[in-house]
Amino acid sequence: MRQLAWIGSSLASSRARTPESRRPTAASVTVCAVSAAIEVEGLRRAYGPLVAVDGVSFSIPKGSCTALLGPNGAGKTTTVEILEGYRHRDAGSVTVLGTDPARGDRSWRQRLGIVPQNCADLLELTVGECVRHFASLYPAPREPDAVLELVGLVDKAGSRVTTLSGGQRRRLDVALGIIGNPELVFLDEPTTGFDPEARRAFWRLVSALKAEGVTILLTTHYMEEADALADRAIVVNHGVVVADAPPRALGERADDLAVVKWIERGAAVERDTTTPTALIAELHARLGGELEGLEVRRPTLEDVYLRLVGEKDA
Amino acid sequence: MRSLLKSWAGRGRIEILLTFRDRRTITFTVLLPLILLLVLSSVVHPESLKYVSFAQYLTAGMVASGLVYGGFQGLSIGIPEERSNGTLKRLYGTPMPRSSYFAGKIMEVIVIYVVQVVLMLGLGAIAFHVTIPTSATAIITFLWLSALALITFTSLGIAFSSLAKTGQAAAAIATPLVLFLQFTSGVFFVVTSEPAWMRSIASVFPLRWLCQGMRSVFLPAKFGSQELGHGFHLGQVALIMAAWSVVGLVLCFRTFRWLPLGED
Repeated sequence: MRQLAWIGSSLASSRARTPESRRPTAASVTVCAVSAAIEVEGLRRAYGPLVAVDGVSFSIPKGSCTALLGPNGAGKTTTVEILEGYRHRDAGSVTVLGTDPARGDRSWRQRLGIVPQNCADLLELTVGECVRHFASLYPAPREPDAVLELVGLVDKAGSRVTTLSGGQRRRLDVALGIIGNPELVFLDEPTTGFDPEARRAFWRLVSALKAEGVTILLTTHYMEEADALADRAIVVNHGVVVADAPPRALGERADDLAVVKWIERGAAVERDTTTPTALIAELHARLGGELEGLEVRRPTLEDVYLRLVGEKDA
Repeated sequence: MRSLLKSWAGRGRIEILLTFRDRRTITFTVLLPLILLLVLSSVVHPESLKYVSFAQYLTAGMVASGLVYGGFQGLSIGIPEERSNGTLKRLYGTPMPRSSYFAGKIMEVIVIYVVQVVLMLGLGAIAFHVTIPTSATAIITFLWLSALALITFTSLGIAFSSLAKTGQAAAAIATPLVLFLQFTSGVFFVVTSEPAWMRSIASVFPLRWLCQGMRSVFLPAKFGSQELGHGFHLGQVALIMAAWSVVGLVLCFRTFRWLPLGED
């Protein structure tokens, strides 16, 4: 449990060197509300005959947390890596923090934090050496020790990266992504390989970043993660956006049929209904007492997601 | 400017830490030349060699090979590894000046070279009575040869690193190539005893000329008569090494990739 004490720990202390101007004030909040951190219009990218991204458009407001969802090969990574300035695009316009990533310079990169996928670098360095080295690359970094505390790696500061577990390694990746005190953080499948406890602790870390006004773009395969963290979910499939809404409203999820299950005379019964409350009142009147095995279920984000990316194809 | 130098130094420190903590680098770039020097000096006594012991002759060749190991072989294997394991991608995503990566590599190569030379000369002097030159001329020649070799082999290593997808694939090409050049360029054998075709191939590449230059540093002046052109011909050596430096620099600036092929 001690390890998980990292969660709520002083995020503020890690920003010791944050310029005051970055703290949201009443005036800046109004500005934030109208300005976008990311603006994508008609984005297209093909690899030979394969069109990976085929006209994607979306806009992400400053200070929001957006989840980019989609199956492998849907064009997520290509899209995110174009925004990060790694990949070039064939067509469309892209603005990230007011700059075209294809022309992003050092002053632009200072404002970004990237947590990439599949890293196996830094092996023979210690955790402490890594955070200090990456802090030295930014003009106004967070305090390295405070960031280690934030991601729960204080005990590992003297350990070589090769000796970390998969989850610890991923937390180091996150630490290196936020060490520069970025305005915008890209989290590419950040919790792959986490155990449930570590995942919850990571969610609290992301919530704390959100509370500070950091804009977050998250890709994940865990729908409950998107549900827990994101203000907005963008689902891409075959290179196009198939849904773009707050997770709760995605795919008319809120208006969807509820599934009511119960056990009647030893047999499981299941019924789809738009009026679950009325149905239960009726059952209660008819059967009396506590209903055995009663369950009322709305479609989860995962159900909606699978319908959006799966059944539409079939 | 000061912040740029600081960034270079910071990256250099990281590269040197990584190098000296990686057992493979130490084995292939520092231990291997020492073992070769020890074993070959103990067993090989070629009759064709005049005026000097084989250990003295080999020391010149192994010092010349130092930057081939650390600069060419080390980088041509190490950089593809860093390209495939995400090091380069992570650095590219930060505001680090791009030049810092190369500055770090150059510092790493220099430090390895200094360690190699000190250990090789120490071993040679203690075990095989190798004479270490102390004249100003010898030291100045050693320094400019080393500088040209540093530029040549580091830039060629960086250029070569863009050919292979992984470190293992690069090792499969770079390692035999280095061995072939060493065998034909007069590191282990006296060049004059080689067949003419082998000499002509070796003469195209920089190692043969670097070895000749290093022999002028480590061997007595009268050994010059044993060289191919009956002299050390340092002017020619300088010219060819400089030409290779330019070739290396042009190639490495034109071919270097931060991201794996197809991921840009």
